[in-house]
Amino acid sequence: MAKSALTSPDQPTNDKPSIGQRVKSFAIDYFRQWQLQTMVIPGILFMIVFCFVPIYGLTIAFKSYTVIDTLDSAPWVGLENFRIILSDRYFWDSVVNTLAISFLKLGIGFILPIVLAIMIYEVRYNRFKKFVQTVSYLPHFLSWIVLGGMMITWFSTTGLFNQLLLDLGLISNAQNILLDANKYWWIATLSDIWKESGWGTILYLAIMAKIDPTYYEAAKIDGAGRLRQIWNITLPNMKMIISLNLILTISGLLGSNLDQTLVLMNSQNREKAEVINSYVYRMGLAQGDFSYATAVGLGVSIVSVILLLTANKVTSKMNDNQSVL
Amino acid sequence: MGLLTKPSGIKPTRIKGGLDNRVFDTVNMTLLLLFTVAIVVPLWNVLVSSFSSGQSLAQGGFVFWPTEFSLENYRAVFRDAGIWQAFFISVSKTVVGVSTHVFFCAMVAYGLSKKYLRGRRLYVAMGVITMFFSGGMIPTYLLIKSLGLLNSFWVYIIPALFSYYDVVILMNFFRNVPDALEESAKIDGAGDWRVFLSLFIPLSMPALATIALFNGVGQWNDFMTTKLYITDQSLYPLQMMLYEIIVQSQTQSMQNIGGSVVIETTTKGVQLATIVITTLPILAIYPLLQRYFISGMMLGAVKE
Repeated sequence: MAKSALTSPDQPTNDKPSIGQRVKSFAIDYFRQWQLQTMVIPGILFMIVFCFVPIYGLTIAFKSYTVIDTLDSAPWVGLENFRIILSDRYFWDSVVNTLAISFLKLGIGFILPIVLAIMIYEVRYNRFKKFVQTVSYLPHFLSWIVLGGMMITWFSTTGLFNQLLLDLGLISNAQNILLDANKYWWIATLSDIWKESGWGTILYLAIMAKIDPTYYEAAKIDGAGRLRQIWNITLPNMKMIISLNLILTISGLLGSNLDQTLVLMNSQNREKAEVINSYVYRMGLAQGDFSYATAVGLGVSIVSVILLLTANKVTSKMNDNQSVL
Repeated sequence: MGLLTKPSGIKPTRIKGGLDNRVFDTVNMTLLLLFTVAIVVPLWNVLVSSFSSGQSLAQGGFVFWPTEFSLENYRAVFRDAGIWQAFFISVSKTVVGVSTHVFFCAMVAYGLSKKYLRGRRLYVAMGVITMFFSGGMIPTYLLIKSLGLLNSFWVYIIPALFSYYDVVILMNFFRNVPDALEESAKIDGAGDWRVFLSLFIPLSMPALATIALFNGVGQWNDFMTTKLYITDQSLYPLQMMLYEIIVQSQTQSMQNIGGSVVIETTTKGVQLATIVITTLPILAIYPLLQRYFISGMMLGAVKE
């Protein structure tokens, strides 16, 4: 009954037990722990069914699968699907859009939470600090559907955005920028930043809270101003976490937010809004070309893993050969 | 805060630092204030727009207060039986989804948190693999289809039962419970299930609450599951209903630019009221969320 009975090895340690003995002792322990095992087994079954079966399902990328087939009856076609991808203009259009939006998000959306976190950290009035945090975390909890609906209101010709620009005299007549394909990349980027940059500060703030305050006092005695302190104390202390976030962001360059795309894409801006994810969705589920869509998805995941490993290597070089991952 | 206590006796630095500091603080706080305004004003605008009459919505031109206050949008929304159905689906999938998810993850995490569990290394390896690899959209869709979960309420619950991330968080939490508690319960004759249910569950409420809250927000906001697997409208949650309204109103605003304003504003009003209704539960638990997400971050930050 007691725990110690379960932990102590049954066999003497000096001579190696045979396979048979080991299987036997495993079985004995296993059945003695039946209560614990009954807790774990449902989880294992879940993982097999909902994670490993779909991973096996990736093989349809190398097959020609149609609705009448089962996974195993579909004929193998080798790399045929991947060959088609290379000459698929719509696929490459979606790659361009994905990369453009990802790089804009990386350029602005990666820096802003860091700056914002430092600004919040520097506020000395706790009430004000709390207020800013409360407000800035809120949009993270809105769904993209809700935000998409709100954006339609803000950007409609009679909405907040046009009103503001008209009042400031920046435009002469109202127009709905959600219908303007050329502005889509910026709309996707900026709306994402509006939603997530406040939330993005949380991790940075948690790290900053751990910086030893005596560093700042010493710097002050040496005559360092606030900006100096930020540059020489706060930022170096955040190097690791910034690198980690950078690696994760880079590995996600080919991914994009499908919720956001689906709610903001319309027939007017589709050419600039279609990203790889939504292309997979459209090819696979709307048009039923399962094998082709899976091949696109698999190809993108492989490239993403390569990006992840490369980014990890590069940043670990920058961090004096300490690997961040 | 150490920052507030200034070292005395170094006068020149102090005076210079004082002015610098004040400039810095003013600029800093002004910028942050602008940032909060950029978040609050648009949200406020949506709220007041939802209480605006169709007429004044069509004219626009207000920011903080509608030109004509009205409840007609909400009346229109609540007249539609669809929203009650969608609200019911949203609430039930959140309640059932969260409670089963939390229990399932806690159960697995409890088993895995015992170092002497036979087969543990294999189980953990499998879990880690699921964190990094997945079959992706199409193979998962085919699986869901072959399990007969398309157009079933259970597609909201069963595939969302388990998350290895949450298991890791709970495992770390369970490890920090002193062994003595468990041992004394076992001496009293309790089995592992008993220890888990009557000892660890009550002790782990803060961790369970954190996971429940985040999973709850996820369930409430989730729209992809419906979009991918559900075509039966009676199973649409609020998010999906809102999505349909949005798509519809987008198409309309493209079709009749300058055309029939009446139809457009009605959809717009309905859309706004639905947005507010969909967001309200999130706002209601926001204070709770705020209390837990810092602790949640800390739980997640602990490495295994």
